[in-house]
Amino acid sequence: MAQGKLTTSQVEHLAQLAQLTLTSQERQKLQKQLSEILDYVGQLNKLKTAEVEPTSQVTGLENVFRQDEPSPSLSQKEVLSEAKETKNSFFKVKAVFER
Amino acid sequence: MKLNQLTIKQAQTGLKKGQFSALDLTQACLKQIKAVDKKINAFITVCDKEALGQAKEADQLLKDSSILKQKPLLGIPLAIKDIFCTKGIRTTAASKVLEDYLSVYDATVVKKLKEAGIVILGKANMDAWAHGSSGENSDFGVTKNPWDLGCVPGGSSSGSAAAVAAAMCLGATGTDTGGSIRLPASFCNLVGLKPTYGRVSRYGVIAMASSLDAIGHLTQDVTDSALILNVTAGQDPHDATTLPAKVPDYTQSLKKGVKGLKIGFPKEYFQKGIDREVEKKIREALKKLESLGAKVQEVSLSHTQYALAVYYLIQPSEVSSNLARYDGIRFGFPRKRFGEEAKRRIMLGTFALSTGYYEAYYLKAMQVRTLIKEDFEKAFKRVDVLVAPVSPTPPFKLGEKADDPLKMYLSDVLAVTANLAGIPGLSVPAGFVNDLPVGMQILGPQFSEALLFQVGYTYEQATNWQKRKPKIIS
Repeated sequence: MAQGKLTTSQVEHLAQLAQLTLTSQERQKLQKQLSEILDYVGQLNKLKTAEVEPTSQVTGLENVFRQDEPSPSLSQKEVLSEAKETKNSFFKVKAVFER
Repeated sequence: MKLNQLTIKQAQTGLKKGQFSALDLTQACLKQIKAVDKKINAFITVCDKEALGQAKEADQLLKDSSILKQKPLLGIPLAIKDIFCTKGIRTTAASKVLEDYLSVYDATVVKKLKEAGIVILGKANMDAWAHGSSGENSDFGVTKNPWDLGCVPGGSSSGSAAAVAAAMCLGATGTDTGGSIRLPASFCNLVGLKPTYGRVSRYGVIAMASSLDAIGHLTQDVTDSALILNVTAGQDPHDATTLPAKVPDYTQSLKKGVKGLKIGFPKEYFQKGIDREVEKKIREALKKLESLGAKVQEVSLSHTQYALAVYYLIQPSEVSSNLARYDGIRFGFPRKRFGEEAKRRIMLGTFALSTGYYEAYYLKAMQVRTLIKEDFEKAFKRVDVLVAPVSPTPPFKLGEKADDPLKMYLSDVLAVTANLAGIPGLSVPAGFVNDLPVGMQILGPQFSEALLFQVGYTYEQATNWQKRKPKIIS
């Protein structure tokens, strides 16, 4: 595990990846707090785990399938009912491509 | 005794005998909400009109009491943690991101509870997105502990716990990703169940950390907890992690006693950092169980000290992934509305999952998770259940840990292990320290809920801690 200390540019990069807008005050606070937390979790380095299988599913279920049969779904009206902006029965989003 | 102070079991008997109506019962709860919730802030949304309508419907159906076989919770007023989607009733997850969100479907658990006949009184306050151990992270105001308004009720199911403890409802749903049911139960003198991972459907419950989330509830006593699990447990085609394991009648095992049962106490849960008085209470509880016929022995869960570090990598990683969907386009508001704690966890998780750090952090944590799970598997070869404190301290003061995230995270140090191992945990009242409640958790192998109820019930009947109520309701 790498050293716990996060740099300012790392914090900015993470915020960008996560699509969060942070004030400079928030950035400073997070830099300190995240560094402390990473320092704390760094204790896992004391354990040798090269031979240990990771656990992501605790009850051992694997490959749960269902029949590929159509069943009723939500109506278009219901699906769009919570969107702040719609147009022609679509969700309206900001332009992705430049003109 | 006032109707709103009845247990679910007592209310069922009264309704069946026609001693009062479902409408009387719901009105008593709504009256109590009006009387005390200004001080406590347990609810984000109260739905009087819907609740009264549901109660009247229940009274119609109750004219033929054989209906109770199909609708075992008919007329029982409950609160729903505001992280469960409820069709037509606002669901906020206590975050301003979802301030106006109206779900177009019910969570499976809500659907099942409605089919069983419950009355929904409202949506309970919580730490936003279930991120927190105190209830202070809500974007809709702090919830206070009915036992002492200067203390936290525990989180993240803070409103659920406070509402039950202050007799505003007969029970409440909750979610437990790292102690969020058991901790508030222990801080409010209630019974809180975190079922086995996959025992109860997560469908329609706003996801926090998907490999850890367990859906449970908070009640006044163990019998009520069993009654609700009877309804909520079972496989759900909408949640592929639910298992086909048979759902027994959980009330059947309650009276079997603890004679001959092997109860272990993990020595690592009684070490540094634990409040002396809390430790004393749990040791007294173990003595009590011994006097009731259990064989008590020390066991070791040797990787316990690493559990919180594992949890604070896996959980924020999954949080950052689950919260990525909130873009304000299809529903809700833009991401700038996320509160401080959500931002912190998103950032931490994004870091642990990012290129170059994944192996060192997330993968490493998943490997140590295996070791923690194996500790429990080994222990359960020697003993039937484990008993330990839920929280290292009694309820703490509002604001005491609010500015120090790491200190706040340490409140969950004894609770997160059950989520990492996927095992069930039942928090039951175990006495008082300076007039504030202390809870103990009973942990068992996966799918041993019936056994946990059996041990919890036996202890509860012998001690009656659950019968003590805060002054605010008298």
